[in-house]
Parts: sequence; structure tokens; C-alpha cells
Amino acid sequence: MIIDLANTTTRKIQDALTASRHRMGGPATGKVLTLIVVTDEAAQYDAIRASAEVAREHPCRILGVITRGRDADPRFDAEVRVGETGPGETVLLRLYGQLADHADSVVLPLLVPDTPLVTWWPGTAPATPGEEALGALAQRRVTDSAGGADPLDTLKRLAAGYRPGDTDFAWARITPWRSLLAAALDQPHDDITAVRVEAEGDNSSAALLGGWLSVRLGVPAEVSPSPGPGITAVRMSTKTGDIAVTRPDGRVATLSRPDQPDRQVALHRRSTAELLAEELRRLDPDEVYHEAVERFAKGLEAAGKPAPAPQEQVKAAKPKAKKS
Amino acid sequence: MTGIEDVFNPLRDPRDKRLPRVAGPCVLVLFGVTGDLARKKLLPAIYDLANRGLLPPGFALVGFARRDWEHQDFRQLAHDAVKEHARTPFREDVWNQLAEGIHFVPGTFDDDASFEELARAVKELDEKRGTGGNYAFYLSIPPKFFQDVVKQLQRSGLSKPSENSWRRVVIEKPFGHDLASARELNAILHEVFPEESIFRIDHYLGKETVQNILALRFANTLYEPIWNRSYVDHVQITMAEDIGIGGRAGYFDGIGAARDVIQNHLLQLLALTAMEEPVSFEAEAVRAEKAKILSAVRLPADLDTYTVRGQYTAGWQGGVKVPGFREEEGIPQSSRTDTYAAMRLDIDTRRWAGVPFYLRTGKRLARRATEVALLFQTAPHLPFAQTDTEELGQNALVIRVQPDEGVTLRFGSKVPGTSMEVRDVNMDFDYGESFTESSPEAYERLLLDVLIGDPPLFPRQEEVERSWQILDPVEEYWEKHGAPEPYPAGSWGPKAADEMMARDGRAWRRL
Repeated sequence: MIIDLANTTTRKIQDALTASRHRMGGPATGKVLTLIVVTDEAAQYDAIRASAEVAREHPCRILGVITRGRDADPRFDAEVRVGETGPGETVLLRLYGQLADHADSVVLPLLVPDTPLVTWWPGTAPATPGEEALGALAQRRVTDSAGGADPLDTLKRLAAGYRPGDTDFAWARITPWRSLLAAALDQPHDDITAVRVEAEGDNSSAALLGGWLSVRLGVPAEVSPSPGPGITAVRMSTKTGDIAVTRPDGRVATLSRPDQPDRQVALHRRSTAELLAEELRRLDPDEVYHEAVERFAKGLEAAGKPAPAPQEQVKAAKPKAKKS
Repeated sequence: MTGIEDVFNPLRDPRDKRLPRVAGPCVLVLFGVTGDLARKKLLPAIYDLANRGLLPPGFALVGFARRDWEHQDFRQLAHDAVKEHARTPFREDVWNQLAEGIHFVPGTFDDDASFEELARAVKELDEKRGTGGNYAFYLSIPPKFFQDVVKQLQRSGLSKPSENSWRRVVIEKPFGHDLASARELNAILHEVFPEESIFRIDHYLGKETVQNILALRFANTLYEPIWNRSYVDHVQITMAEDIGIGGRAGYFDGIGAARDVIQNHLLQLLALTAMEEPVSFEAEAVRAEKAKILSAVRLPADLDTYTVRGQYTAGWQGGVKVPGFREEEGIPQSSRTDTYAAMRLDIDTRRWAGVPFYLRTGKRLARRATEVALLFQTAPHLPFAQTDTEELGQNALVIRVQPDEGVTLRFGSKVPGTSMEVRDVNMDFDYGESFTESSPEAYERLLLDVLIGDPPLFPRQEEVERSWQILDPVEEYWEKHGAPEPYPAGSWGPKAADEMMARDGRAWRRL
């Protein structure tokens, strides 16, 4: 069901949501969070579509906030979609004039009560997400440093403006890489002395991967350009040779270790919906991301302090409740 | 368990919740590759794990069966099974990587040469794909072959781990058909494999909703204060199936519903529902609590009154005319096998004294449903006129295990209107509809746990034996007295089951 409300109020939107729920006989609750998507007219279709896909895993109310002509009189239009694309509800809000600066006043009455709130900027990331009106409200602020011009510079800005709860898609993009690298080091290995990440130029994911490896391993990391696509290799040097994961084609990765046969595994690049779903799975601050982005901002060349000493680490890392 | 957990890995950090647990290098050797389970569940689950990036690089799967097959034929079978049954989208790259590691060894269980061939094959995989000498043997075959296979694994040296590698063996229920046979089966396995490397799969324990029982009980404050005899009147644990025995006649005849379902699934559900809070979620702690509560389970003194068995006759099930049990192919006319079983159990603990647990299961019932229902005592006093609350029943908390997994809370609510009338309403938490879309299937979770070597979701021998100790006297009593009461297919079971509840002044929930 799609309800168009031109020049409307939040009260009318609430009424429309309630009425459509009654008409469809659906339950009033069941939504686990509110997702605010801050976007523009050109990008809204893809962003809302990805959100709706994610709503299957995380039933939520999606509020798309779209800024329109700033010279117009302040008013807003709403498009309410219920039961069209999945279990959640979607409200597209088009804000005109000065109202763009007061988007929070429109959004506040429409949040699902007493549940977490996530704000996502699929396009150009704001300077300091945590200080944006729509960001300060949220537990979790998701940006995409690769969504605008100059990803590396954006990432530096995000590092400087970091508040607990910030994360970036560039980080979610490398979870499969990190998982594979961590699995590689689950096996006995020699001490790692240096790390090199090879990636297409200006790749903020590669920068974060370098930052993470540098923090965790306590060694200098280097990001060097390659023809791509995306990240093509990670090489961790040990005294007996490199432990390397290479992915020249963006699809299949090869894990090579000294004195062992090469092993291959599919390592595909992830879709927007997959990235967003991962972001919504945990809503607490991502401290590991913070460390990685901070290390990147300070420069990857310095070795820095190694990860916590093995004794305490092993104890803490020993999986206790493997329930997830 | 060797190695893996002892290696310090600086890239692992408990705060880093994005990183999944990934299995280490290994070979999974699958016996019984042509069976239904392998095609519908295991092979798709392996693909799904690969697709989620949870299998190690270089993972290998070796099929073993009495077929004149090349690797290619087994790959084709796996390919078809994956295409048809996998839950995650089919990706060519993932499949190609997986397929390269799929091998096949033809042979029979009594043929020494074929096991030597198998040993050679896995050795070769270690060298070619770097599987590290770690092997898991999945025995998806009838238990009568366990002895042969286990002996062969020993003889060919496959069962013996070398330095820094592991061996695991995975078996499916039934774990015997009574206490004696369960012990015998175990003795066979123990001759070759130590207890900690035996993984018994009860796929119910891999279900999200079953694991959610623990979350519901021990992560909340809301339920614990009422989870006892002061508030709970009784508990009903049901597993109803709408299908008949299908192609399982050979196995099912002589075994029956009680052995097939109550001994494992329902008693496990009972244990999770009734057990005390474990001191942690380590495997040992959870198992200890389950074993404790199972040891406090008491059968009713009067088995005639408080156990019921039935057998379905021809009838209409869901609008389709279906044959009776004795008319099913492969079932003798004289069969006394139970296709329905119900019983009352009591638990002798402070928490549960006087709270009966009613268990029921059956084939060809009206619909498919598995649930645990706690029915609460009625309010000691109702300040309403009697006519106002005529439609108010007992409050109930229902954990729906399948289908549409979720939790239902039933309580009284005022009917809108000018008069005071209170009626039962349901409050629903729907787990299945929204959350499970991409959550792993039970077999995926369990296979991964096997490959990682994480045992909390697998029943250990002690629990299996204790369950048989509970059920054996009932089966012995049934053996000697009477016969199963017929019930028409598509109904909710024999009348005696309703009478059993009526005698206690209670009734089964209509599902």
C-alpha cells in the first residue's frame, strides 16, 4: 500500500501508518529499529531498495530523508509504503526550504519507540556525523567514505570527528578479508614483521585494512597501488616467507603460506544490502574500527604498539559463549 | 582437541564482533552420500557455509559410497542438491572453489581396499589442498554399519590423528533403540574414538528457536521469577507431524514415535525448559545442567493411565485421503508400532515438584507444529462477576519451535464495549518471519560447530543414556500390555490422550 501525502504533517503520517496497519491486519510491533537514510533524489531509489532488502533480516521502519529545493517555502511531502517491499514500513520524506536544517523535528515523532536508531548516509559523508542533527539522535552512524569524492580524505575527516557509534562501509567491505586473514593466523605461524596491502588507488577499505593489521600486529603497514579491482593482495612478511592472500580478479582469493600448498577460496565483493545488514547486526560502538581508522589517520608507517600481550589476550579471546 | 585454540592470534579480538568463527583446514568425509539427508541438508549446508565464507580455504569433501562413480558424478549430485536446496544464492565462484575440493571414493564398508583408497585420497588432499591432516567423518548411514566403518577407519589408520591434527566422528540419531543398544553403539565408537571427538547430531538443538529458549530464560529478568511451581500449572511439549512415515518404513516399524522423537527431541526440549541456570555457556556447564534435570525426571507410577500410544488409520489429512499405518508400504498388517505417543513426566526438584510435563508426538496429525507451552495457574481470585471471565483461560507462554518460530504470550484482555468481559488474546513475537530469512539452517550451524570443534549443541553419551533410562520402562510396559489405540489420520491423536489430560483436569492445547 502506498499513500502519498503532499504538504503534510507528522501527525498525518502517523495516522496513515496506523490506518494502513489496521487495513492490512498486521501487528503493531515487531520492528526492531528505525533506519534513517539521508539521501538525495538521484540516489534514493537504490538506497531505499537496499534498506528494504535488509528489512527482511532486521524488520525496521525506514525513514528516507530527501532534501529538495532550498529556496522553496518550508514544507514537506511524504510517501508512506507499507507491505510493499517487505516486512517493514517505509516513509519517504521530501523536505523543502529551511526545513532541511530542521530534519530532526520531522523525524523525531516518527521513530519507533524504545528501539535503536541508525542513521545511514549512502552518499557523501558529512564532516562530523555525530554532530549532524540526524546523527546525534542515533546509536549508530553509518557513512560510506567511498560514496563521495576523495575517499581517503573523507576517511581522515571521519577519523578526526569520530564519536562512539560511527562506522563506515569501507570497514564492512573488508570483513571477508579480515575473516580470512584471521583464519590464516589461527594456524601456527612465525612472527609477522611487516604488512603490505595492495589495492586500487584511493581505496579507503585498503587504508582501513592496513590500519587494522598495523594495530593488531604492531608492525608498520604499507598500502601500495595495484590495478585493482578493489583490494588485490595482503602480504604479511615473516622470517620464513610471506603469508599472502591474493585476489587479482575480485572473485577468488588464494592463500599462500611458506612450505604449504596454495589454497583457494571465493572472496566476492559485497552488495550494499549485505554491508548494511552487517552494520545493523550489532548496534554497540565498534571500537576495533575506531582503532583502525585512527591508525590510518596518524599514518601507517610507524610501527606503534603491538596488540595486548599474548597471556591476557588468549584468555580474553577464548570464545566463551559461542552463541551468535 | 589439538592446536588451534592454543595458537595466539593477534587478529582475533573479543570486541571484534564482525569476524565470524571460521573452521580450520580440514577434510569432511561423508559416508552415505546418496541418502536423503545428504542431498537435502548436508550438501546444501556445506555450500551455504562456503558461501558465507565460514569454510577454510582449501576445504575438501570426500564422498564414499557403493557407486561406480568418478569425482565428476559426485560433484554433479552435489551441484544438483545445492541448486535445489541451498538457502543462499548460487554463486559460480563459490561453487567452483568448493567443487574442486569434492572427491569421491567408491567402495563398500567391508572392502579393505576401498578404505585404503580413501586413506590415500585424504592424504593426497592434505598435500594438494593443504587440509592439514584434520578429518571429520560423517556417518550418514544406518547404525548397523557403524561397526564396519569404524573398524575400517581404525584398520586403515584413518582414525589416528598425527601430531597437531584432529579426528572427529559425527553420528545422527537414532543413538540406539534402548539403553542396552545405545551403550553397545557407544562401545563401538569408543573403541576407536574418544568421547570428546564424537559429535552426536540432534538437529533440533541446532535450531535458532531452541537456542533461543536459553536466551529467553537466562538473558531476561521477566520470566525467571515465574518459571517455577508457584506460577506454572503444567507444561506441554508437542511435536506433531502431518506426514506419515513416507520412505522410512524399514526403520520406523518396530521403533515407533516414542523412540523416534520423545527420547531425543522432546526430552532435550524438556531439559532446556526445566534445567537450572548453567554457571556459564561452556559446553560442560550446559551439559551438566541438562544431565542433572534429566536425572530428576520421574515416570508416573501408573504407566497404564499416564502413557498413551496410538497408530493412525486411513483418513483425510488436510484434504487428502491417506492410507493408514498398516497399509503403508513395508509395514506388516500386524504391526504394533506406535505412531503417536504421549506421556506425563514429573520432575523431582524444588522448582518443579507437582508440575507435570506432558509430552506428545505423532505422525499424520492435523498439522505440523513443534512447541513448548508453559500454562500458568489461574488467578487465585477474580474480582469480576463469574460471567465476565467465562472465556478466560490459563495464561500461557508458548515457545514455537517450528514452523513460524517465535514466542506467544496468551493473557486475558477486556473485550471493547460497555460491559466488562475478559477474553484470551495472544501477543506474538515472530522470529521466523523476519529474523530467520538469512539465519543459518540447523545443519549449517551444527556442521560448522563440528569443524570448529565446539561441542555445546551436541548431546553427550550421558544424556543419551539417561533418556533411554526414562523411556525404556514405558516401552517395556507397552511391549507386554495392550496395543496402540487407532486414531484417524488428520486428527489430533487417540482419545486416550485426551482422557489422560482430562483425568488431571487439563486439556491439550489445540494447535
